[in-house]
Formats: sequence, structure tokens, C-alpha cells
Amino acid sequence: MATATKTSTNGKDTRRLIMGNEAVALGAIAAGCDFYAGYPITPATEILEEMARVLPRRGGVFLQMEDELSAMAAIIGAAWGGATAMTATSGPGFSLMQENLGYAAITQTPCVIVDSQRGGPSTGLPTLPSQGDAMQARFGTHGDRPALVITASSVRGCYDATVLAFKLAKRHRMPVVLLFDAVISHMREPVEIPPPPPPPVRNFPALAEGDPRFGDAPFVPFGYGPIAVVTGLSHGGDGLAETRRGVQTEAMIIDSISKLDQDPEIRAEWTGDYRLDDADVAIVAYGITARAAREAVDQLRERGVAAGLLDLRILWPFAHQRLREVAAKSKTIVVPELNLGQMVMPVRAAVEGAAKVYQLNRADGTLLTPEDIAAFAISVQGGQDA
Amino acid sequence: MPKLGLDIDQYLRTEVLPTVWCPGCGNGNIVEGIGTAFQRIGLDPEKVVVVGGIGCSGRTPFYVRTNAMHTTHGRALAYATGLKMANPELTVVVTMGDGDALAIGGNHFIHAARRNIDLTAIVYNNGIYGMTGGQEAPTTPVGSRTTTSLHGAVERTFDTVELALAAGASYVARTTTFDMQEIPLRIEEALRHKGFSVVEVLTQCPTYYGRLNRIGDPSDMLIWEREHTADEPVTLLSREEMVGPLRTGVFRNNEDPEYIEVYREMCAAQGGSYAAS
Ligand SMILES: Cc1ncc(C[n+]2csc(CCOP(=O)(O)OP(=O)(O)O)c2C)c(N)n1
Ligand code: SF4
Ligand SMILES: [Mg+2]
Repeated sequence: MATATKTSTNGKDTRRLIMGNEAVALGAIAAGCDFYAGYPITPATEILEEMARVLPRRGGVFLQMEDELSAMAAIIGAAWGGATAMTATSGPGFSLMQENLGYAAITQTPCVIVDSQRGGPSTGLPTLPSQGDAMQARFGTHGDRPALVITASSVRGCYDATVLAFKLAKRHRMPVVLLFDAVISHMREPVEIPPPPPPPVRNFPALAEGDPRFGDAPFVPFGYGPIAVVTGLSHGGDGLAETRRGVQTEAMIIDSISKLDQDPEIRAEWTGDYRLDDADVAIVAYGITARAAREAVDQLRERGVAAGLLDLRILWPFAHQRLREVAAKSKTIVVPELNLGQMVMPVRAAVEGAAKVYQLNRADGTLLTPEDIAAFAISVQGGQDA
Repeated sequence: MPKLGLDIDQYLRTEVLPTVWCPGCGNGNIVEGIGTAFQRIGLDPEKVVVVGGIGCSGRTPFYVRTNAMHTTHGRALAYATGLKMANPELTVVVTMGDGDALAIGGNHFIHAARRNIDLTAIVYNNGIYGMTGGQEAPTTPVGSRTTTSLHGAVERTFDTVELALAAGASYVARTTTFDMQEIPLRIEEALRHKGFSVVEVLTQCPTYYGRLNRIGDPSDMLIWEREHTADEPVTLLSREEMVGPLRTGVFRNNEDPEYIEVYREMCAAQGGSYAAS
């Protein structure tokens, strides 16, 4: 929820009323983003427009590309040129980015991609909210890859998630996806945002000739060290293609997947709990739906149902262990989503029958309200409240 | 590193040889042209990136001893645009096949030309999809046989030069692998040119185009190239005039405003200092 603190050094309210998309742009600038490439699409366009306004003033690069294929390609190229790069889109554009997103993964290229979800498939429900890309964000590209996908349920949350995305993209050398939706992106809330830092100074570790460039190696772009070979073919630490068997690439991918699970910051940010300690009914939600679910928890508590919320703030990697802990205590799990049932799949897999899992779905462009979620929780709970 | 004994050895990644290319393929000639041009200018390999698409030609970055980026099919120019904008100090050369540059990547080709961004694009035109086994390309001459036009290609042929000119490239040249001396010359001119430069090289694919069209061995294909081209860089020919030999030479070399410079000025007007470092 909006942690809109009124810091009033001189008694004045210093909060600004901004929309989620502006918070994303401000978060990107705060995180040192100096390169944006994109293509207009509702509901992500304000990010593009804000970056177009701000980056030239800061000497950064703003590029409006010819499509989302090229936007994704351009930010990868930019990262290898030493920039801190991002793009933003919605479902149709996110689909177009998938091949190059896989390239970013196999080449271990840090970059940030915002997908503000709208109803699909295809042109679907432009500008109406959806959570239909939860699985695409994880499995959209062909082949297996480590995936880092972060959500938010408030304007301030958009800012914080964006700052975190850049930090984790750098640390883990990988594309990070910010998964928002039409409502979060366009919603306005008063937030306190620190002033932007000065434009970033590029700084990369020194490498010697022959040092590995992939796997555990630090990310050093072209022009900042010895020559490098970058390819989307399976490759070893030296970047040279291994075409007969993908042994080294497989090992590198498995290694980076396991590193995500061990990252203390991911572990700390993975999920947000609300009144979960003594909950008989756990609502597992994310993004805009987590916001409604939080309210539903209060409503349920008022009606005597011990409900709690597990907010999946980092959607992928999936918080398996946390789900198992929740299922050990709360024997009823409710998973409301604005799709026909996506994250309920890993929830079921993690719980392995330790709790009953009920899914509440809606994919017509309408939000699930706190009342919808509360009523559903009561209905599946066996009439405790009747 | 192993030596080939060529004076451009320093620009070749000799340890990964032999190449994946078939004997008699024209791609090696173009690599030699690239290395020669680099050497003539004296480029620092650490400040050069060769960006390739996907296809036989797209493998070029592996064989040039500079920074190498082997990207996705059709998107090399989009990668290169981001790369060059992020660090304009780098010399960025983009190697693409005809299918890569003009079919799947046609949109990026026209928009890179429209921006007139300072990249050197080398289009390896063998009139066919080599890597996937000889299918029809947008550049396949009408009537030619490919595995997807066994009865003779019926689609009209794309003219890379006309397309590049119309889209706004500020340096446009065409040469052939028969013209061995000319390849490095054109690439050098393109590298020295500030703006989007296109060098189309007609090259032989003996394995598919040559075999399917019964042109003979690689040397017959080079003779075929000579017989079907004329060093006469005229453009905007009428359809009737276009039936003659394919024109080669330099079709445009002008000083249109280059994108990075224009962008830098726009930033400066807003108080920003772009690529100051
Ligand atoms: C998105 C995608 N589609 C298709 C392919 C398969 N593919 C690889 S190379 C190629 C065409 C190669 O032809 P060209 O670009 O002319 O290069 P050449 O091999 O002739 O040098 C195709 C279709 C691919 N790698 N990626
Ligand atoms: S298939 Fe054709 S283009 Fe590809 S390497 Fe062989 S001869 Fe060259
Ligand atoms: Mg070809």
C-alpha cells in the first residue's frame, strides 16, 4: 500500500500526486538509467513520454524505435555499450520482445523491461487491466532461463520496484521484468520521492586479456576492457560458441537460477505478509489484486474470519518455500487473479496438497473488488461466517 | 595465435578457424575486405564492434578480431543502434545476409537509414537463404531456382541500393566478390563516412544458389557476377532499363546531418551533455 509519508520539515506537505508510470520513470532515473528505447502503447506510454522529456536534459539517450522488437534489441545493444537501459510496453509489445529477451538472458545482459498488462490475447482490451502476462513473463521466450519478475500494488511500490529491478539486473546480469497493469500504471497517489541524483558515471571492473566474460564474470561492456565475443549461441565463459553440446550454457543458467533463490535482497522482498500469522484463510495475490485482497482481509476479519494476505511482490522466482510455510498453517488458500488461472499453478505445485487451494478468476477487464474476494473466501471456507 | 601469414592477421580471430563456411563461399572475401579496411584505417580492435545477424553471413563477427556481437535474425541493426547511441566512440560495423537485412530485418534497415545513424552496414547478397539450405530470398533474381522456388522465382526482386537510397542512407555502394580490390575500398569509404553507410556485396553461394541454378563451380560464379554487373552507378532506372546488368559503384556519398550529432545538439539545447566522456 502507499507508504505516503508526510515529511514536513517546514510543515508543508512535500508529497507529489503522480501516476504509477511517472513513478516508474522517476525510479529509473533514481537507479541511474541513462538509456530508454521504446514504442508507444497504452497503458505504458507515459513512461516513454516522461523518459523522452527527461533523458536529453540529463545527456542520456532516448530512442523511439520502429517497433518493440527493435526497442528490446536496442536496450541490449545499449547495455553492451555501457548504458543502464530500459524499455516499457504492454502485452502486444511484450510478446514481440520475447525472442530478444531470451538473447538478453543467454548473453547475461542487465536491462529492465516494464510490462504494464492489459487484457489479451491480441489487441484484447486495450487500457483495461489484466494479469494475463504472469506466465509470459516467466516462460514467454523459447528455452529455459532464469527469470526475475517484480510486481507492485501502489504508486510508491512502482518506484521502489523499479529501483530494485535495476539493482538486481546489475547484480545478477540479467533482464528484469516489472509486471504492472493498466490500473497501477495510471493510478495517481501522493508520494514522497527523493530528488533525482546527478547523471550516472560509468564504472566497470578492470579485466585482463583472457579473463572470462560470462558465467560468474562481472559484466564489462564493449570498449571498457579487452575485446569480447557476445552471441546468442550456447557459449562458454569466453563467449565462443559451443555448438555440439550446450554443457557450459546449461551450467551457467542453472547456476544463475540458484543464485536468485539465495539473494538476501530477493529473500527479503520476495513476499509481503499482512495479518498472516494466525490466518486460517490465506489469500495469495500480487499487483493490483493484492491491493484489493488486503482490504478483503480486513473485511473478513471484521466478519470473524481469520484471513491474511501473502503478496507475491517478486513473482518469479516463485516463493515455493514461503508457500509451503503458509500452507502448513492456513488450510485454505485463495488465489484471486485477473486471468483465467496462472499463478495458481505454481501455488498448487508448491503446496502439494497441504492446503486446499481455490482460484478466483476474472479476465474481462474488470478488477476483482475486496468484496468479491471476501465473498469468495467465505463461500469456499465452508460457511464459517454464514 | 595461429598465423595465416596475411598482413591482416591482427584483425582475424585465427584460433577459431576454419570457418563454418563452405569451400568457395564468397563470405571469406568479405571478411578479408573488412580486415583490410580496418588495417588501412588503423582501427583499435577494442574500440570496434562487429555486429552480425543470423545466417551464414551473420557469423562474420566470430572471425574478425575485434569486439563481436552475434545477435538475432533480422535485428542486428537495432542492436547496433542502441550500442552506437550508448557509446558513440565505438566504430560499429553490421554484417547481414540479404534475408537478414531485407526480409525479416527490412524494417530496421529502412529506419536505420532514415535516422542516418553512423553505422556501416554490409549486406552480403547471395540471392538466397544460405544457412537454412537455399530458400528464396527477397533478392532472389526472378526466374532463379531455390528450394522454395523450384519452378523459378516469380516474386519481384528487391534492389538493396534503391531501397537504401530511398530510405535516406547517406553512403550507398555496391560491389561484388569478383571485385576483390574494391571490397576493402568501399568498406573503408563507408567507415570513414559519417552517417548510415550501406555496402552491398554480391557474393556467391555455390552450395545452394550455384548448384540449384547450374552455374558451376565458385569460379564460374565469379565470372557470372562479372558478366551480370556493370560499373556504372546509375539509379532510378525505369523497369525496362533495369533488365540490363546490375549496376555497381558508389551511388551516394553525401554529408546529410548524422543522427548522433543531431541528437547531441538537441541535448545541449536542453542543457544536457550527451556522450561527453
Ligand atoms: C526468427 C528466426 N526465423 C528464422 C530463422 C532461421 N534462419 C536462420 S538464417 C536464415 C536466413 C539466412 O539467409 P540470409 O539472411 O540471406 O543469410 P545467408 O545465410 O544467406 O548469409 C533463416 C531464415 C531464425 N534463425 N530466426
Ligand atoms: S551455404 Fe552458401 S552462403 Fe552459406 S556458407 Fe555455404 S556457400 Fe556460403
Ligand atoms: Mg543470403
